[in-house]
Amino acid sequence: MARQDPKKDVVIVGLGWTGSILGMELSKEGVEILALERGEDRKTVPDFAYPNMIDELKYGIRYGTMQKPKNSTVTIRRTLDETALPYRHLGSFLPGDGVGGAGVHWNGHTWRPMENEFRLRSYVEENWGAEIIPEDMQIQDWGVTYEELEPHFDRFEWMAGISGQAGNVNGEMIEGGNPFEAPRSRGYPLPPLQQTADAEMFAEAARAMGLHPFPRPGANASEAYRNEYGMQLGPCNFCGFCERYGCINYSKGSPQTCVLDALKRKPNFQYKTNSEVLRVTLADDGKTATGVIYWDEEAGEEVFQPADIVILGAYSLHNVHLMLLSGIGQPYDPATGEGVTGRNYAYQMNGGTSMFFKDVDFNPFIGSGTVGMSIDDYAINQIDFGAEGFIGGSYITAGRANGQPIRGIALPSGTPGWGAEWKQGIGEWYGHSMSIGSHGSNMSYRDVYLDLDPTYTDKHGRPMMRMTFNWKDNDIRMTQFMKSKIEPVAESMNPDLMQSSYKGDGAMYDVRPYQTTHNVGGAPMGADPSTSAINRYLQSWDVHNVFVMGASAFPQNIQYNPTGAVGALAYWAAEAIRKDYMPNPRPLV
Amino acid sequence: MSSDVPSTRDFRPTRRGFLQGGAAGAALTGLAARARAQDAAEPVPLDQYEPQFFTAAEYAFVLAATARLIPSEGDGPGAIETRVPVYIDLQLGGDFGQAADWYMEGPFQPDADPLLGYQSPLTPAEVYRQAIPVVEEFCQNRMGAGFADLSPEDQDSVIKALEQNKDPLSGSDSGAEDTEVVESGAGGGASGGSAEPATSQPILSAELRDFFSLLLQNTKEGFFADPMYGGNYQMQGWTYIGFTGARASFKEWVDKHDVPYPLGPVSISGERA
Repeated sequence: MARQDPKKDVVIVGLGWTGSILGMELSKEGVEILALERGEDRKTVPDFAYPNMIDELKYGIRYGTMQKPKNSTVTIRRTLDETALPYRHLGSFLPGDGVGGAGVHWNGHTWRPMENEFRLRSYVEENWGAEIIPEDMQIQDWGVTYEELEPHFDRFEWMAGISGQAGNVNGEMIEGGNPFEAPRSRGYPLPPLQQTADAEMFAEAARAMGLHPFPRPGANASEAYRNEYGMQLGPCNFCGFCERYGCINYSKGSPQTCVLDALKRKPNFQYKTNSEVLRVTLADDGKTATGVIYWDEEAGEEVFQPADIVILGAYSLHNVHLMLLSGIGQPYDPATGEGVTGRNYAYQMNGGTSMFFKDVDFNPFIGSGTVGMSIDDYAINQIDFGAEGFIGGSYITAGRANGQPIRGIALPSGTPGWGAEWKQGIGEWYGHSMSIGSHGSNMSYRDVYLDLDPTYTDKHGRPMMRMTFNWKDNDIRMTQFMKSKIEPVAESMNPDLMQSSYKGDGAMYDVRPYQTTHNVGGAPMGADPSTSAINRYLQSWDVHNVFVMGASAFPQNIQYNPTGAVGALAYWAAEAIRKDYMPNPRPLV
Repeated sequence: MSSDVPSTRDFRPTRRGFLQGGAAGAALTGLAARARAQDAAEPVPLDQYEPQFFTAAEYAFVLAATARLIPSEGDGPGAIETRVPVYIDLQLGGDFGQAADWYMEGPFQPDADPLLGYQSPLTPAEVYRQAIPVVEEFCQNRMGAGFADLSPEDQDSVIKALEQNKDPLSGSDSGAEDTEVVESGAGGGASGGSAEPATSQPILSAELRDFFSLLLQNTKEGFFADPMYGGNYQMQGWTYIGFTGARASFKEWVDKHDVPYPLGPVSISGERA
């Protein structure tokens, strides 16, 4: 029998970026808030302190900051006919664990989606007609516009201390910024990072070809900074241990560096770690939640935590899992196309071209998560989808994040993976290669979705979530288009050798190599309750006191890294909850 | 943990094998500490190391196999000089060997499409334990000697067969497998081995088919992980390629494009190479 704890006004599931932001913002209303975090507590000191954090084996290879599949994982299949099997050890994507969530181990890439990405279906239909949308593609509008979110992008960027160069401030174009970005109300809070050699070489080549390079924006502070919560960042020292690591230097924007110490001072905010929420409990009529049941690891018992408002702020996959387990929203059925919870899961289509320069010393160990020069000349708003035969786009970047050797040393194709030639190859080529990467969109499809697995269960005995995902022709055509644009730039740089790696016809999803932790969708937001799980304020259509944060809200994946949009949506939802929902709890749409 | 095999017989040929590399022999006998070699006590020579996980026979195989995966010849250290076998022994005796972080509940489908990831019911430690005798038997049957006693060329041919997990002398049905290239996006990774269409029987059963990739991955880890894990002795792996280890502070050098960084690596314990 579950223990029952005293009621809270708000319970927040997960204490990563969105849980921290919602905690901070809702605490201003004086309500009693409890955040439940399934993992450990983590602080910059001692948990991320030098030198112990600078351990490639422990964190880069054995995933010390990530969720352990033993505790939480999914099953995966590529097609409806296949039997899904457990994702037994991490590979393709790396969900975080513990306080700070994936906000601890991200690189810090912080982008705003393009205006037309928020209304993608409408944009395509208006310009090319619905007939260019493949039959099985389920792209949707978000139900919220860029203009509505702009103040909230601004808020997130100034909270997280983003370094970058604006290209369009209120319609005024600024030299050196991204000329294709949507207008922003002001620039970034910090100037761009210093650049590594590969980034400058790419930018020079791109400029010579008439393209428009700009510094990639990101949450690695270029200078000392203090944000609205009084939290302070120090300048990034380019340690080369960013992605997969906690920041040793208070330089990477994270819940720890930007929110949590301020939030912990709020007398009406509490958090508990080692407390995994098992399900949201609903009232008999199913129209409201009564609280959550969680597993209290220290007490070794289930706890019923009553609450008036439930904020799902776990990682996107876990938000969807909790909704499926709790009966929030009708589960999506690919056979009929009906149902909303689990609908429109999507990933990210990336590719790249590597170049080898015998005579250039790149010092690859000098890097930061977001250093780099990018172009948006082949972005979603620059491509004629009708003429090119695909829907989507990419941003393209060169920049050095790290030179950690176990994670891989690029070698000319044909070099054996072991033996004398391998050893000779790493001696010759470490520090003499660079790459240009394409980071691209991924559309949503009728048979790509999330549901509960019929066979496998987790350590709590709950059905595991099943992911059905595969690459599709539209997105393969997109990445092949990017290859055709990147290779001429690479050739113009006159490398000694170059080689490309982009998905080709018939590519099947391979869960083994790391690709990206941009798992989006599954609880899509939208204006139509028959095709979206949550409304434009991230409020469950069916259970109005449940709000679902995170990239699970994306109806398809954007061409950018998701965290900028995740942060903006969190601030947008927080404002709606504070100003509109709390005074009068009800469906907001 | 078991030590059911007397060590001397198993060691002798292996030791002879790796003593053929001059630098290797020096490192083994502890006579040739590098410059600045650190006042730290000399570690026990590899041939006297008492494995925590491996049996003597397993250890002999791992010494010989890692010495081919990263050989001592040529520029730079090999797996022996960097004490990779010690690293692997400690890893298999610890959390990694036990798959402590992995989801290991059934049902299992070890013969699933490899793209669906690791599906064996066996932990890495169990894979090593069960695979090594199979490989040794293969060597005896096909080449008339245990792996450690084979010539380097024959050892390499066995490793290539293991990499494909195909017995080259059995059968001749033409493999119809798709050999899709693994894409890893920008940033790249080490390129894998060749993907020959294969004939014939697997050497290792489906439950053991990841043995080669585990062994190779663990070997590279032992070459490049911080020395506190038992390999990368005296940071020789880092020094060879020019990686700076745990230095982790470069603000003054970011702008110095194409200028070699002047300082060598440091370890987490503060040791300098």
